[in-house]
Amino acid sequence: MARITIFAGHYGSGKTTLAVNFAVALRRSHANVALCDMDIVNPYFRTADHANLLEAAGVQLIGSPYANTNVEMPWIPAEAQRIVDDKSLRAVIDLGGDDTGALALGRFAPQLIDQAEMLLVVNPCRPLTRGVRDLTEMRFGIENAAGLAFAGIVNNTNLGAETTAQTITAHLPLVREAARAMRLPIIRTAVWKNLSDQITLTEQDGQTLLVERYHHKDVWAID
Amino acid sequence: MANKVLMKGNEAIAEAAIRAGCRHYFGYPITPQTEIAAYMAKRMPKIDGTFLQAESEIAAINMVYGAAAAGVRAMTSSSSPGIALKSEGISYLAGSDLPAVVVNIQRGGPGLGGIQPSQADYFQATKGGGHGDFHLVVLAPNGVQEMYDMTSLAFDIADKYRVTSMLLSDGILGQMMEAVDLDAARTSECVAKPWALTGTKGERAPNIINSLYMNPEDLERTNLDRFARYAQIEQNETRFEQYLTDDAEVIVVAYGAPARIAKNAIAKVRAQGVKAGLIRPITLWPFPKAILAELASRKQTKALVCVELSMGQMIEDVELATRCAKPVLLCARTGGMVPTPEEIVTKILQAERGA
Repeated sequence: MARITIFAGHYGSGKTTLAVNFAVALRRSHANVALCDMDIVNPYFRTADHANLLEAAGVQLIGSPYANTNVEMPWIPAEAQRIVDDKSLRAVIDLGGDDTGALALGRFAPQLIDQAEMLLVVNPCRPLTRGVRDLTEMRFGIENAAGLAFAGIVNNTNLGAETTAQTITAHLPLVREAARAMRLPIIRTAVWKNLSDQITLTEQDGQTLLVERYHHKDVWAID
Repeated sequence: MANKVLMKGNEAIAEAAIRAGCRHYFGYPITPQTEIAAYMAKRMPKIDGTFLQAESEIAAINMVYGAAAAGVRAMTSSSSPGIALKSEGISYLAGSDLPAVVVNIQRGGPGLGGIQPSQADYFQATKGGGHGDFHLVVLAPNGVQEMYDMTSLAFDIADKYRVTSMLLSDGILGQMMEAVDLDAARTSECVAKPWALTGTKGERAPNIINSLYMNPEDLERTNLDRFARYAQIEQNETRFEQYLTDDAEVIVVAYGAPARIAKNAIAKVRAQGVKAGLIRPITLWPFPKAILAELASRKQTKALVCVELSMGQMIEDVELATRCAKPVLLCARTGGMVPTPEEIVTKILQAERGA
């Protein structure tokens, strides 16, 4: 596995959730794990929402001091350079905001090329990424902006709070088809912990990425 | 399996507008509504529609005026300070009886304020939003599915009564993601627009769209005609949700995202044996006055609690509607802050004790 894992994809595809869960899981086998919030687009729902959780898990958070404030700055922290330089660090990058957001990574691309693995997060339940054509468009847009090629796909099929095992199972063929069409392997399939015993994955769906900690419960979520 | 997708509120508005037949969107980016413009930018070219990022909010609203005058469904969207800029154009739309949809995903103010959620444009939306004697029909959804459905409704009401509808929402709803059932969504109904500027082709007298009147008698007559339509709207289009009000001694009034938090607060006080219920205005204009007057006049009703992300704007309509028959307490946060269920619980308990 590469030293640096980058989660990229359409906004709302679940990159932040996956990056947080992946980083926390990594921390069990690595002493030195950092999660970098490289989202220069989204105003709300940022990695910073999970700061307490990450701290408790011993994951270092490299993020904008302005996330979730009124200062709308497309900000990459200077500390992000450490991801490239510190070879003892096992790093996860949450790359937000479509191809526009992926531009932020371009600055680091030459140094990342031989030590990072960029994964395309795919949620076919999102309106603009429901088919192979849309996903392909998204893929090339991000690769061009980031200056890196995708190593594979993370299938993150979900309908938010309404996700069932059926949601994931019903979309497996579509994601497999998209992967074949794009000539990318499915490296992982994200499965919420409470659904994991109801879903059967095959070899072509890659490893299971267990999602244990989903988005924090919002005060406006209806009980 | 239902045809469900996971959408941001902003995306739901954009997709619903397209499905309602809107092929003309003019906008200018501002957080927290930019996804509407971004979605339109991606989708419109693929369906022979027009997405145009105008040079300013003022230009965008006047492009809406032009498109609406030509009889097509047109929309613009912005957030609080951007809507203030559009106010002149909104008044001209009203003065010209043009149907259009304006979306406001509110952020903290006044001034440049901030990008976090707010409801501080209640007065702006319901009491004017421009100069002159007019109303906007103001719809206030409280979930992503409802944002989808209300967008379609906003177009239908606009066309039917020749008024401008506003979808008044906030940053929470614009940014949050929920599943939307596209098949269960409301279907839009289009009406003929014989008044539109579609070219006479030498076969009819020219139509005229205008808001300037040379003598006051004509202007008064036009305004009175418009207010006769407003009266119909008040009669036909007032919408609200009633939640656990039957036995309620405290009536909470909240719209949009705070109404969701209020429901959680009501569950908490009911667990303690305090009977609270909710009136959620879905139309802010017309305001659901009759139901509030009726509930306030009940003997069992001790007080009302108005929850809003503003320093007491909707509370004025609640007090007017109820003629202050019972005390109305305010539970307000401002500047982009959102109340917790516990803060609302405290207010409900205070209302119940008569303190």
